[in-house]
Amino acid sequence: MIAELGHFSLILALGLGVCLAVLPTIGVYRRHEGLMRLAGSLSAGLFVFLLISFSCLAYAFWDDDFSVAYVARNSNSALPLQFKLSAIWGAHEGSFLLWTLIMGGWTFAVSLFSGGLSVDMRARVLAIMGALSIGFMLFILLTSNPFDRILPVFPADGADLNPLLQDFGLIVHPPMLYMGYVGFAVPFAFAIATLTTGRLDAAWARWSRPWTNVAWAFLTVGITLGSWWAYYELGWGGWWFWDAVENASFMPWLIGTALIHSLAATEKRGVFKSWTVLLAIFAFSFSLLGAFLVRSGVLTSVHAFAVDPERGMFILAFLVLVIGGSLTLYAIKVSGIKSEAGFDWTARETMILANNLLLVTAAGAVLLGTLYPLIYEAFTDGKKISVGPPYFNAVFVPLMLLLFAIMAISPASRWKKTPRETLRRQFPALIGSLIVVASLVLAFATEVSVAVILIDTLALWIVANLVRDLWSKVANKVAKLPALFQQTMSYYGMLLGHLGIAVTIAGVCTTVYYTEEKDLRMAAGDVAELAGYEFRLNAMRQIKGPNYVADQGEVEVFQEGRSVVKLYPEKRFYAVSKNVMTEADIDPTLFRDLFVALGEPVGDNAWAVRIHYKPFVRWIWFGGLLIALGGFCTVLDRRYRAVKSSRQTAVSLGVAA
Amino acid sequence: MSSLNKSLLIPLGIFIVLVAILAGGFGLKDPHFLPSQLIDQQFPDFSLSELNDPSRQLTASDMRGQVVLVNVWATWCPNCLVEHPELLRISREEGVPLYGINYNDDPFKARQWLVRHNNPFQFNIVDNKGKLGIELGVYGAPETFIVDANGIIRYRHVGPVSRRTWEETLGPIIELLKTNPDRVKG
Repeated sequence: MIAELGHFSLILALGLGVCLAVLPTIGVYRRHEGLMRLAGSLSAGLFVFLLISFSCLAYAFWDDDFSVAYVARNSNSALPLQFKLSAIWGAHEGSFLLWTLIMGGWTFAVSLFSGGLSVDMRARVLAIMGALSIGFMLFILLTSNPFDRILPVFPADGADLNPLLQDFGLIVHPPMLYMGYVGFAVPFAFAIATLTTGRLDAAWARWSRPWTNVAWAFLTVGITLGSWWAYYELGWGGWWFWDAVENASFMPWLIGTALIHSLAATEKRGVFKSWTVLLAIFAFSFSLLGAFLVRSGVLTSVHAFAVDPERGMFILAFLVLVIGGSLTLYAIKVSGIKSEAGFDWTARETMILANNLLLVTAAGAVLLGTLYPLIYEAFTDGKKISVGPPYFNAVFVPLMLLLFAIMAISPASRWKKTPRETLRRQFPALIGSLIVVASLVLAFATEVSVAVILIDTLALWIVANLVRDLWSKVANKVAKLPALFQQTMSYYGMLLGHLGIAVTIAGVCTTVYYTEEKDLRMAAGDVAELAGYEFRLNAMRQIKGPNYVADQGEVEVFQEGRSVVKLYPEKRFYAVSKNVMTEADIDPTLFRDLFVALGEPVGDNAWAVRIHYKPFVRWIWFGGLLIALGGFCTVLDRRYRAVKSSRQTAVSLGVAA
Repeated sequence: MSSLNKSLLIPLGIFIVLVAILAGGFGLKDPHFLPSQLIDQQFPDFSLSELNDPSRQLTASDMRGQVVLVNVWATWCPNCLVEHPELLRISREEGVPLYGINYNDDPFKARQWLVRHNNPFQFNIVDNKGKLGIELGVYGAPETFIVDANGIIRYRHVGPVSRRTWEETLGPIIELLKTNPDRVKG
């Protein structure tokens, strides 16, 4: 009964979605304020019914209702409760329901926090978001219904959740990622709404900025968590694989990063108006493309969902409709817009332009690498190739190095034109700071590798110039310390974001170049030496978990004779799904991880064991979280609250317009 | 309306090319297209080594002479483990030769997997580059083919084999092929 209720709520939500897309739009064209104002309550209704639908699925999981096919396939009565609930988004159908729920959530949020918008604009934006939700809900109802029953003969117990996914990382990774993907629907809706009015001014940039930053910050958290999860859960110590599905999340991130910078330029200086609109369309398009790549089975990947051509065709048709439609609208509407504010080549606008070109090129290169196997297959009668890390690293790394150099010098630039005077002061300081950090890196580098020195120098140079910039803002103040805390939240956001990038690249570079690893055969009592640590396998034993049994090793690690830590890597056997899983054990510290994973038994009570020493690997994810924190910070900026307080006047003006 | 600026159509153009690629890639891989292409076709030629005896080269002629089941599997494929007990039962009880194609896999891991879960296969073709799989139009693992005595593919099953699959499709088709090969149509 509950599952049917969930199904029914979803159908009701679809009905409300249709109303949301249609009624306010009629209102806009008939100038009927009542119809336009319906957008708010329809958004709330849409969200509430999606929430009911999602809760029903959650209840089916909690209640072990194995007559629901999706529950039977992805849960089991022995599964711990937190995994039963996260199993809701453990496979295709439920995860798309989560996606749609989040779409409803963003729509509702826009309707709540759009006080500064005119009634007309608000109606347009919400109608577009409603139209997008229609597509998502139809997709679920027509091709991927999680509420389907297996009746009359249903299994006594479920097939269990894929053990890879029985993990904290999976509880939080997809929701964060979807918050980001779907969040890009907000700037997309703003962009399209602005295009339909035909008045492409800077105002839409001011409305979109906080939404874009938040969505982008969520996406950053999602990708960071994904990388962290891959590191400890997929085993073998990798943290980024250039896998098609990873790329699917990384491309919108790159475009989103370009977008938040370009929005800043559009808002502050009114430049790049049409380009920013295009980026907003791209960011969401790449999110949809990611959904297509993951769910259609067009590319093979370690974490692609189950495959169904019907679903693929549906998403492809949806892509054509949404992206093709918006790009056509773009081509028609932007044609009228000409002159933009000019800027000098020394201006900050130039920096942002370079940032945008590099990021978009990088996203294009990743897209090409991701789709190349398909293109190749089409032109060679089905010969298969795969494009791996060598391509991506070769193309991506040089682009990023250029980008980091621009990041380092950009705080020294000013909007419109960097004054001669400033240039004269900044230029020696930039070169000076470069020389200082480069000599520091050279002094401390234990191994002379051009790549390491170059990358670490860039990372430090970025930080040095952030510090210099902050200092320049307080240097001529009397009360220096309070001034340090009186900058705008947007500014702190920028500092944190850029600092996070520096931390991440330092982490990546050090991990890549200084990791040590060994594959060994170890029996109880054996000792192995790695990077100054001694790893001793004390014992192997059998243990029993809630839904698995495991071989567990006890590995004690010593440094200079002192015991540092005991690690317990496991080889788990999940009885219901008959899956074998490697659970690595890791001793994390700020400056290095010690990582032990069990391979296979190799006879005589000996096991294949892999040990890693990974310096600075935590910095990769710590940096990612700093970047995200920066994104969230900017929303707290007082400017956006000021917009809210002027709600009353804006509304009345909007109606008059 | 103002005249259309042609350069603004570039993004749309790029997108159309992209859709063509995606749609094309999609058509190539659509599992529903494959049966019509491969059913009643000769099993593709190959020369690949045997899993547990790498010195032995296997070719398509090793499968001739009787109706056989050919199963495409891999250690990375959870559903292969799901169908494994049924494959073991078929090889034990049904009297039809079962051959394996170890697809896109690490032969070392594959040998260990067979030791751990028992080996229902008479021999295993090592297709670690995935070439044979591509010629067969394999979409993913597991897939199971019925190949007749003349080496012609007669049926293709995608996904795990269950007791029900055996009883409702594989078993009857094999029975029919054994008794009256000419009456079977793909």
